[in-house]
Amino acid sequence: MANKLTNIKWKHYVNYIAVAIVTVVFGALAFAGALPSSALYLLEKIAISIILAVSLSMVVGFLGELSLGHAGFMCVGAYLGGKASVILEPMLKGVPAGKEIALVISLIVGGVVAALFGIVIGLPALRLKGDYLAIVTLAFGEIVRSVFMNTSSESFGGALGLSTPRYNKSILFIIAFVLVLVCLAVTQNLIRSKHGRAITAIRDNEIAARATGINVTKYKLAVFTISSLFAGVAGVLYSYSNYNVQSSKFSYNYSIEILVMVVLGGMGSINGSIIAATLITYLDNTLQTVLTGDLAVLQDLLYALILIVIVIYNNAPALKNFRDRFNLQSVLKRKFDPNHQHDDEAKWDRVPTKIAMNEILSVDVQPQMSTLDPDKKEGV
Amino acid sequence: MEFIETLLNGLSIGSTYAVIALGYTMVYGIAKMLNFAHGDVIMVGGYMIYLTMAGIGNPILGLAVAVLFCVVLGISIEKVAYKPLRGASPLAVLITAIGVSYLLQSTAQIIFGSAPKMVIVADLGNLTIGSLTVPYYMLITLGCSVVIMLTLSLFVKYTKTGRAMIAVSEDKGAAQLMGINVNAIITITFAIGSGLAAFAGFFMLMKSPSLSNTLGAMPGIKAFTAAVIGGIGSIPGAMVGGILMGIVEALSLTVPAIAPYTDAIEFLVLIVILLVRPSGILGKVRREKV
Repeated sequence: MANKLTNIKWKHYVNYIAVAIVTVVFGALAFAGALPSSALYLLEKIAISIILAVSLSMVVGFLGELSLGHAGFMCVGAYLGGKASVILEPMLKGVPAGKEIALVISLIVGGVVAALFGIVIGLPALRLKGDYLAIVTLAFGEIVRSVFMNTSSESFGGALGLSTPRYNKSILFIIAFVLVLVCLAVTQNLIRSKHGRAITAIRDNEIAARATGINVTKYKLAVFTISSLFAGVAGVLYSYSNYNVQSSKFSYNYSIEILVMVVLGGMGSINGSIIAATLITYLDNTLQTVLTGDLAVLQDLLYALILIVIVIYNNAPALKNFRDRFNLQSVLKRKFDPNHQHDDEAKWDRVPTKIAMNEILSVDVQPQMSTLDPDKKEGV
Repeated sequence: MEFIETLLNGLSIGSTYAVIALGYTMVYGIAKMLNFAHGDVIMVGGYMIYLTMAGIGNPILGLAVAVLFCVVLGISIEKVAYKPLRGASPLAVLITAIGVSYLLQSTAQIIFGSAPKMVIVADLGNLTIGSLTVPYYMLITLGCSVVIMLTLSLFVKYTKTGRAMIAVSEDKGAAQLMGINVNAIITITFAIGSGLAAFAGFFMLMKSPSLSNTLGAMPGIKAFTAAVIGGIGSIPGAMVGGILMGIVEALSLTVPAIAPYTDAIEFLVLIVILLVRPSGILGKVRREKV
């Protein structure tokens, strides 16, 4: 039992614990009435951004395909979930906990419909890749936006937007953070399972993955569906948080903003996405009050520079040596590890002998001498 | 008569798209990357025309300045943003290109403000033949585009540089072994593409004089769609795709019921074409090799 506890990889659970602590602390503060409504709103926005960034990170960071239509999936979720809550609100008026039931049902509706769209978009994703897929998802986002913009005012509000019911602010952000935990649980368990390794194998080399018997079609479709499901859920949360859904919010620029979060956090790192989403949403919120009018565009300029600099720094083949030398881990190791050996220096006080070499080599790397011995025939 | 006017309108929109699509398709064919910032080079060209018009007032000179500036801009974008990533994963290059596009848009907004500028290139009037009324700008756009496409086709087919371009797009490594300077060819491709973008900016300003920092964003995406429809990497394909997109746009704009959905229809065409024939109308089907 004790052995089992020490074997748990704590770093796998750090983000759950961090999110849970944040939820409990701010939840307590909210019930004590210590938080202004603007802070609650910011917390909701952060939770929505985290869900969006983590779900996009699955497609971009782990599957290795670029989706520029994440805001489109969110738009579908926001409109349909919002509409569901508008319809359910009067129906569940007298029912106890009617508002909560309406919220849950609209979350399911928004998420499932967005997931269905994810399947529809995922199907071309099976045939297309890279730039083509990026442009198809972009096209999808624009189609969704223009369709919702031109709807009649009775159905989805048209250009004026869809008004959605109000919900208790001090509870909504807790629900949002619980959904963040759900999203993290689903994503991380998927990524750390054998299916997750299959997904990363597709990212690293699709043909090789196919050759090893991985069903590329199935996995691509699954990742797209799950990712758009959570985008839809984030959309429903958005509709609850803002009371009003406007299609202009879900433009291509918003998809790029989510992409900036994923890239800034480091592709293929869920914790990074969480931190970057929090940071960027907070910055957004603060800069909105500081930068007004034409200055607001400085924020876009910042995003653009973040995208370019980080991607070039992380991917340029010429910078590889530099990266290896000066990344945080190796710098820290050089500073604090007394036994650390520099790459280019050899220590001659311990010359590895043959026996030592066998100890150093891990068990599965060690060649089995008996099978390699040419004199011994197999089965003898 | 009205139908012919619509068709002519479609042809002129389409030839603008075709000119933009040529830039996309050439860069895609040779550098194997989607230059997302191409649409925004059009916008920069538009602002250059605006500045020259405000200073000197000669549209032809404005076009010349715009072409020159865009060529320099295209080359510097390639050198600064794309060249360090040669050999990196396509996803990284694509994200950088999106970053460059965002950078150009926001820089333009910082310099020129978000309010649209009015640029009246030239008041040309209409040509009337019987009951047929055709604005002159359409004819100029059509004529110039045809000249550009012909010149480009001849350039690629008959000059040494053009043939080197074809070689690089077929096989970069083999082309290098044949003594072709691949880096120089890629730079030339970016220069030509960006120069064409300035022409497209000129055509677009002739059509509607409103100039803002998102001038090139939507036409850029549509032109990329056109390039994909025609088969990316193929120069005649870009022309066919561009004209097709233009005619679809002009036709759907005339039907009141579907006019608000014009953009959606064009993107739907893209999705359908990619589903049915991912390599486009004139594109070559390439098997992927390890």
